[in-house]
Amino acid sequence: MDIAGALSFDHLKFLAAGFKVTLYIAFISIILSFIIGVVFGTLRYAKIPFLSKVVAVIVETIRNLPLLLIIFFTYFALPEVGLKLSPSTAAIAALTVFESAMLAEIVRSGLNSIDKGQKEAARSSGLTYIQTLWTVVMPQALRRMVPPIVSQFISLLKDTSLCVVIALPEFMHNAQIIYAQNINYIFPIFAVVVFMYFIVNYCLSLIARRLENRQA
Amino acid sequence: MLDFSILLNNLDTYLEGFKNTVLASIIALLGSFIIGVIVAVMRIAPIKPLNWIGSAYVEFIRNIPLLVIAFFFYYGLPAIGVTLPAFVAGTIALAIYTASFIAEAIRAGIQSVPKGQMEAARSSGLTYLQTMRTIILPQAIKIVIPPIGNQFINLVKNSAILGMIAGLDLMYFGDLVSSRTFVTFPVYIFVAMFYLVLTIPLSLGVGYLERRLARSN
Repeated sequence: MDIAGALSFDHLKFLAAGFKVTLYIAFISIILSFIIGVVFGTLRYAKIPFLSKVVAVIVETIRNLPLLLIIFFTYFALPEVGLKLSPSTAAIAALTVFESAMLAEIVRSGLNSIDKGQKEAARSSGLTYIQTLWTVVMPQALRRMVPPIVSQFISLLKDTSLCVVIALPEFMHNAQIIYAQNINYIFPIFAVVVFMYFIVNYCLSLIARRLENRQA
Repeated sequence: MLDFSILLNNLDTYLEGFKNTVLASIIALLGSFIIGVIVAVMRIAPIKPLNWIGSAYVEFIRNIPLLVIAFFFYYGLPAIGVTLPAFVAGTIALAIYTASFIAEAIRAGIQSVPKGQMEAARSSGLTYLQTMRTIILPQAIKIVIPPIGNQFINLVKNSAILGMIAGLDLMYFGDLVSSRTFVTFPVYIFVAMFYLVLTIPLSLGVGYLERRLARSN
């Protein structure tokens, strides 16, 4: 093991650059997938004829595929039908598509968990369907959804590591470049990789638990 | 639209990958279930140091990417002279990773049984183990089955990670077919179909179980 060599200043700088890419890709994907997830989840919940069924089929298909396959497909297969994306765009697109489907399911079951009486009471006191959804059901449901949504974000952050397959210069990719140079670098670099992922995700999971306990 | 000759001409390759994906999933499921039960027991046993070890396992593994674990077993271990075949390394990584989620599901299920049950059983003279076996676990198992089913679906999807270390699974053989046929789009559509053949029935099955168990309560 060569700890000093593995963790030289240049290497740490290179790893930090990779970690920045990881956080950036995760952040953009989280925002996009949250918006799309809420919209799709609500559409499924609302039981609009035809539209809700279409959304259900899309969400279920994507949810049941490996994310790695979606990333692969976005970057390597789409150019064949004329859609060429850069690694970072492909990464954001693939992560957003997959996580939106996962979030849509969380949103739908969150909405379903709200007592039906709430909806009926709101409707019979004269609120329109949209108003009921927006001012009565959604606020209550969102509060319940926060813990699973945060865990989904933790998954997303972990899943950015799959983007090594499309040579996105993120954390794991840069780590791989360093430890591939020298067998004595492998353990120290893995220790750094594990430590960094762990710290960020553990903090997120503490937040999730905090929110969960506040509700209870 | 889709060129089905690609599927037919490479059916053997696809099926070989499919077989290995199923195999890796089943082995990893068994492994993760065993580790998961052990860790869950450690977390709830009335012995503090065991609690700590169990919690440390769950918190540590849950918060690092599966890919890092798989790469560690495949690329990392050779640094100390242990070289594993990709399939083995990937399956071990899958089992270790999924075990943390299964342990958590089991623990949550056991702890969701009201405390009074344990106290009542203990005060009527049953030992801790007897209480667990005859009172707590039968009630907990109903709560635990759906989340474990969901973890199994995740496991099947996550097994695609084997493709990244040449683990001879569906993803890996998909890659092989695409380098043989020089096309990617249809090749991966077929790979996706093979995954859906596995995951959609599993999802439907878990959903069905979930509804039935919810009704029986």
